[in-house]
Amino acid sequence: MMIRHGKTLLSFIGLTLWIVQPVSAAESKTLQIDGSTTVGPLGDAFAEIFKELHPDVSITVKKTGSGDGAAALIDGRCDIAMMSRFMKDKEFQQAVEKGVFPVAHVIAMDGVCVVVHPSNPITELRTEQIRDIYMGKITNWKELGGPDMPIVPVSRDTSSGTYESFHLMVMNNEKMASNVEYVNSNPQAHARVRSTPGAIGYVGIGFLDRYVKTLKIDGIMPTRSTIAKGVYPVSRPLFLFTNGYPKPGSIVHAFCTFYLTEKGQEIIEAKGFVPLTEY
Amino acid sequence: MTTAVSQFDDAAVRFPRPLRLTFRDDLRSTLLSWLVKSFLFVVTFCSVAAVLLIFVFVIRQAAPFFMGDGGSAQERIREFFTSRRWFPEHQAHPEYGILAIIAGSFYVTIASLLIAVPTGLLAAIFLSDIASFRVRQICKPLIEILAAIPSVAYGVFAVMVVAPWLQKNLGFPTGTNALNASIILSMMAMPTIISIAEDALTAVGREIREASYGLGATRAETILRIVIPAAHSGILAAVILGMMRAVGETMVVWMASGNAAQIPSPWWDLSQSVRTMTATIAGELGEVPQGTIHFHSLFAIGLVLLIFTFCLNLLSEHFIMQMKKPKR
Repeated sequence: MMIRHGKTLLSFIGLTLWIVQPVSAAESKTLQIDGSTTVGPLGDAFAEIFKELHPDVSITVKKTGSGDGAAALIDGRCDIAMMSRFMKDKEFQQAVEKGVFPVAHVIAMDGVCVVVHPSNPITELRTEQIRDIYMGKITNWKELGGPDMPIVPVSRDTSSGTYESFHLMVMNNEKMASNVEYVNSNPQAHARVRSTPGAIGYVGIGFLDRYVKTLKIDGIMPTRSTIAKGVYPVSRPLFLFTNGYPKPGSIVHAFCTFYLTEKGQEIIEAKGFVPLTEY
Repeated sequence: MTTAVSQFDDAAVRFPRPLRLTFRDDLRSTLLSWLVKSFLFVVTFCSVAAVLLIFVFVIRQAAPFFMGDGGSAQERIREFFTSRRWFPEHQAHPEYGILAIIAGSFYVTIASLLIAVPTGLLAAIFLSDIASFRVRQICKPLIEILAAIPSVAYGVFAVMVVAPWLQKNLGFPTGTNALNASIILSMMAMPTIISIAEDALTAVGREIREASYGLGATRAETILRIVIPAAHSGILAAVILGMMRAVGETMVVWMASGNAAQIPSPWWDLSQSVRTMTATIAGELGEVPQGTIHFHSLFAIGLVLLIFTFCLNLLSEHFIMQMKKPKR
């Protein structure tokens, strides 16, 4: 018994050493990516493919927020900064002062669709009305011309990228009311709205179907086309920032243009974003 | 070895193994027993150390929050325990009040106990005193299967079946609420309560029941006046262990309770959704940037939860000891 344990332990240590060694040897070529939690899943998925294509390059993707991504690019701590917003004046100024010239690559569009139960007669809301619902100022559908039914606002968990987008573009950074319910995935938000007549929720465009009713916001229906063109009010571009335009042929260049490939667009759609193509 | 045996050839009793060991054998067995002993000690120590390390780790991660990283400590602690507003992720004005979240934990725990304890106790009494041997042989394993179902399955059941049912039949505006979470939690706590309470009732012993019948008591009188009072500490332990199951459960409450950080008003309205401590930690810890106040505040919630379950555990330990004492 003991001897067997000893052997297992030894072989385990041996295995660990064997695994660790080549990694530390290949430290020479690295690609550091840092930034937004919204763009993070795309960065992760792209990096996954790049690890297969370029096994000699070690890629690390950190998701610390857009602000941290910008700071890391300015300090030279990363090669690519993922950002869900454009750089602020101050960040740009700091960058230029330090000799870093940020170049933006828009890789996808992010749109958040507001959905209600199919039995709900409401077809269109204004951004302010949605904000009032989530702030608890409007609590019954009859205030919006619907049936006399309490509104059940459903939100994504506060750590998700979808929440972040909604919080910024619809809520204008206002805090949500305490009666807002939270679910931790797009499918769950969809399921809650589908089964609750009084519910209102928001999901990525990949989760729209006939079981929930998509609302027009400020008169515009969210479609791939309106989101890609940026006409839909709750849409925004997702950026990668690099220091100057990356040298064509370099791995940074390949990463920043990966969204143009078929595989890249597939990933973008799978993660619930809208690829930048002509619709 | 053979020489050692031959020395005792003339003895009255023949031993299958030599009585006197050679030095090598002696050393070997001493070493082996020492090795096994220390191995077992290390294994045991690991589990004890794990508990201590969890405490140390949680306290260390919670400390920066209570020390008032980026604010005054006193104010932070006061806000933490008295404010109902939980907006830790807000960029400009974060708020860290967990009063509503603690209340949410209490709501679902107590409501689930209100369902699970009477049902579980009746079932335990039925199994220990009324059911025939065969019924009991079939029922007990079936009840214990309830404890083996993964909690995500319960969660899906809560969202897909219980929630629409509550909305349709009871007219609740939202189906994921305190009541839904309580129903599911009571189902999850029930196997614990039934099996421990049943053990306690059975442990009362046949002779005490027979003495009661012998004095002319009916079956109902025996159960109510003799068996249950005799088993009360075990029953209390069952209730507390069931309670711990309900307090500590995460996945189900995260899916079934709606996670709205509010105290229902009026206070008895279980049709409103609530948020528990476990669900808050599970829902937010995965994505929160490490080292932020929000990150540490989640560990502070963890600490509150840990202290709470620790106290419950001590209490149940106390009752279980009481149950065992008078029997020997």
